[in-house]
Amino acid sequence: MSLALPALSRRALAVWGRNFLVWRKLAVPSLLGNLADPMIYLFGLGYGLGGLLPQIGGVPYIAFLAAGTVCASTMNAASFEALYSAFARMHVQRTWEGIMNAPVSLDDVVAGECLWAATKATLSGAAILGVIALLGYVEGPLALWALPAIFLTGLAFAALGLIVTALAPSYDFFMYYFTLFITPMTLLCGVFFPVDQLPAAVQAVGAWLPLSHAVDLIRPLAFGRLPGNIAFHIGTLLATSLAAFWIATALVRRRLLK
Amino acid sequence: MHDDDDSPLRVENLRKAYDGKPAVDGLSFALERGECFGLLGPNGAGKTTTLRCCLGLTAPDAGTITLLGEPVPAHARVARERVGVVPQFDNLDPDFTAAENLLIYGRYFAQPAAAIRARIPALLEFAGLASKAGVGIRTLSGGMKRRLTLARALVNDPELLVLDEPTTGLDPQARRLIWDGLKKLLDQGKTILLTTHFMDEAEYLCDRLVIVDSGRIIAEGSPRALIDAHFPVSPSSLRPANLEDVFLKLTGHELRDG
Repeated sequence: MSLALPALSRRALAVWGRNFLVWRKLAVPSLLGNLADPMIYLFGLGYGLGGLLPQIGGVPYIAFLAAGTVCASTMNAASFEALYSAFARMHVQRTWEGIMNAPVSLDDVVAGECLWAATKATLSGAAILGVIALLGYVEGPLALWALPAIFLTGLAFAALGLIVTALAPSYDFFMYYFTLFITPMTLLCGVFFPVDQLPAAVQAVGAWLPLSHAVDLIRPLAFGRLPGNIAFHIGTLLATSLAAFWIATALVRRRLLK
Repeated sequence: MHDDDDSPLRVENLRKAYDGKPAVDGLSFALERGECFGLLGPNGAGKTTTLRCCLGLTAPDAGTITLLGEPVPAHARVARERVGVVPQFDNLDPDFTAAENLLIYGRYFAQPAAAIRARIPALLEFAGLASKAGVGIRTLSGGMKRRLTLARALVNDPELLVLDEPTTGLDPQARRLIWDGLKKLLDQGKTILLTTHFMDEAEYLCDRLVIVDSGRIIAEGSPRALIDAHFPVSPSSLRPANLEDVFLKLTGHELRDG
């Protein structure tokens, strides 16, 4: 397997543009669809459990949960796009094959897909951030800095998802990724409750997972505070993005350029 | 780079093996500008592997390929700026209409949207799809999809067209339409590299051809010269000898899809 560094060109943006144009045709239903699921959880759990709980870290439970929901939704949106949608374009529709007959390299295709999945995740995360801001669960101008943090989170999960796509024989394969990786992460990384409720050993595992870094960045920003260890969290998400993108590119090359 | 070499595609001693089995085993040929060159052979003869190598989508184990003056795979992406490809399997973009497919594909060549839009009516006209501009791909017939794929391959006004079994699965009327289109392109001075296993197609379109079996060239020449050389007397008293007689004589009668 060739571990050569991805060689990228601006043609990757044409791949991004292709996906954007498809999305634009169905933008409103797509955004509403991305909002519905997290909002149901937010209000169901936020009001249902929130009444039973004292404040968490000085904020009402529903506000705590709202910031966590932004992170989880960003992760989910990036993952769905990089798994199911990218797989359809790679394997089912042969869209990538068509693109590669033009002067666009496979590395550019993977980069375009990765950027697109991160963009779509950002749209999704930002939409939720907007809604919870309207509801008054977001404070201060610092909250705007949550947007680049959301994009970075999207990038990391897009790249991780593309690794799975590169290995997937069929759509069924993605179930493993969701049940073994995405769902545990949602529970271990402080989306629904503070991680200090977990046993120390489990906390230690959770701290390694990329979603933890997203939560530790985005939740304080949403409350208008500067996150602690900010460089560490940004660095980890960035390193995850780059390493995962590199691996995904190598795996996709092995799959398609044989 | 061969500055003195006008051949749009020169392949020398190409070798490619999969799992130790040679798919292409020392293939050499060179196209002349403005001709239609056929790559014929039974299933599994190595035709598609050869095309993939020529486009830089697979790295050969040995041999040199020069595509429009550029070494492949090293500069394949640059060379593909001036190549049009009609792939064996349909990979039109199902999320777009006929006209949008051309527009999106032109963007992969970094063409300005206005320039592509200006060319779209003529491309659709050429494909006999002038009335189908706004129609979704899923509602087009097999023949229409092939013609649109051909139009898409012309979006960059290429010097060389590479067609991998362009009429497989089409009815005789649809095949004739594709043939007429290809003849027009040859009249405009374009060079065509064609794989097919329809011998009547090769006989009608190709100026020169090679017959490939087990990754090696077993015959080459013009259709007429090959027929005359192998069948000075027709094998049937009811009709003159044709290219299919030559093909079956050289490649045998056993099935090759086992």
